[in-house]
Amino acid sequence: MNARLFALAIAFVALVSVPYWMPGIYYVNVASQILFYAVFALGLNVLVGYGGLVSLGHAGLFGVAAYTTGYLLQLGLGHPVAILAALVVGVGSTAVYAVLSLRSTGIGFIMITLALGEILWGLAYRWISVTGGDNGISLHTRPEPFGFSLSDAVTFYYATLIIFLFSLGIMAVMVRSPFGAALMGTRDQPRRMNALGYHVWAIRFWACLLSGLLTSISGIMFVYYTQFISPQTLALTSSAEVLLMVISGGAGTLLGPIVGAALVVAVKTVVSGFIERWNFLLGAIFVAIVIMMPEGLVPGSARLWQLMWRKKSLPGKVVATEAKP
Amino acid sequence: MSALTLSGLCKAFGGLHVTNNVDLDVAPGERRLIIGPNGAGKTTLFNLITGEITPDRGSIHLFGQDITRVPSRRRPHLGMARTYQIITLFPRNSIIHNIILALLGLSPTRWNPLIDIKHQGHLVDTARAALQRVGLGHIAERPLGQTSYGERRRVEIAMALAQNPKVLLLDEPFAGLSIDERGDVKQLLLSIPRDVTIVMIEHNMDVALEFAERITLLHFGEVIVEGNRAEVVANPRTREVYLGH
Repeated sequence: MNARLFALAIAFVALVSVPYWMPGIYYVNVASQILFYAVFALGLNVLVGYGGLVSLGHAGLFGVAAYTTGYLLQLGLGHPVAILAALVVGVGSTAVYAVLSLRSTGIGFIMITLALGEILWGLAYRWISVTGGDNGISLHTRPEPFGFSLSDAVTFYYATLIIFLFSLGIMAVMVRSPFGAALMGTRDQPRRMNALGYHVWAIRFWACLLSGLLTSISGIMFVYYTQFISPQTLALTSSAEVLLMVISGGAGTLLGPIVGAALVVAVKTVVSGFIERWNFLLGAIFVAIVIMMPEGLVPGSARLWQLMWRKKSLPGKVVATEAKP
Repeated sequence: MSALTLSGLCKAFGGLHVTNNVDLDVAPGERRLIIGPNGAGKTTLFNLITGEITPDRGSIHLFGQDITRVPSRRRPHLGMARTYQIITLFPRNSIIHNIILALLGLSPTRWNPLIDIKHQGHLVDTARAALQRVGLGHIAERPLGQTSYGERRRVEIAMALAQNPKVLLLDEPFAGLSIDERGDVKQLLLSIPRDVTIVMIEHNMDVALEFAERITLLHFGEVIVEGNRAEVVANPRTREVYLGH
């Protein structure tokens, strides 16, 4: 077994055994949060990391799926219908979002996504008959798939873990596929890709839909976790927070967004219990990452690791060179 | 039937007419050289032919088919490939991955999000063959960032050739190359079979004149001289605006 597979096996065992080694239910809930935010970050990473398109409105799409679930449950529909409808509405909204925002790239794309996110946030505040306005929507039950009630923290964690692994699997397959190569090509050389026969806009559009699907999945997990959704969830700060997860962990990598999600959620939920000014700490960590590992924690750590190994192996080589007559 | 026909092609950026009523007729298998001083509109002409820029007037026909309004991304599927004056490759990837991207561009597989690109044996084999053809087979797995300028020029040409084009547009393929590298690229271009029509922009007259059969001289967006090598070189207008006395 090679080192990579061994590390993956250890990570898998660690994730599966979380309820057994975590000190309490509170921390199991934190682990659930990390996992569904990781799915959110993986979704945003499709655009930011692999497509080179920085979105500042993804919290809006996250909120659309969460609100749809909440609203339909409030109407008395069942969980399967609410979840399915939330996915359809979430991906459908992403399609509209993509058509509008893909008219531009770079700063233009950022500004359009920011504006669309703000529109969705405004709708959540003002469309009171649907969203409940400031009061939001409360959920009273969680689903019971195959008879397992997700009301229990441990069961909810395992459901989140399954969905997280599924999402990670989707991403792992996509980045190795021809479509993934094409998407990364449009990030690096869109003009060349066009000249090679690729439909650059369509590739970006499908990438947006995949991103929207993962964002919607995480939005549904979020609303079931908190059993409450309010306009605050769609705010610009939420979009910035998930962007922070992607960039701090390492955009364009599979593990980066997961590490970023763990970092941000841990500081927000755990460290904030000990440090009042946790926002300051999060900012300081982000500045440190940008200075020391501008490529993000995961690729930055890999680079440091390689440097360390090179340094360790260098002295021997130098001696051997010097020993030559 | 001509391989490439331009009729009355015009393009203006504001008041600046960069392409003015250009007519060009390139026979199948021909090696055509486009020359002209800087700012003559040579690269703009290539951008019009490939569809990156839409002409204001005129038409473009590829083997008799009017492609004037065909989107630029569709033109490679009709048999047109190009290289760029400023090398435009994928520096984060290996050399072979660059070629695979070129191959995928014409394959319906490019939309597939479920298969592993490394397990597409036919793609990898074809890419490797394309690299062998340009003499880069031995460094196929090398990251592009670790290659020399001359090797990158050859990767550009390999990407275009990998698409099996019927018309190949080369924008200054000898630019920035050393004497040895120029010799290698010249041999490479001479080895391209006759079923590929080549239109080339080049300033390096030593190598370009050896290669070209017919030459078109552009000046301020207009064709001012056209003919075979001897005719164009002997023409006083060529000496006046381009070669010098």
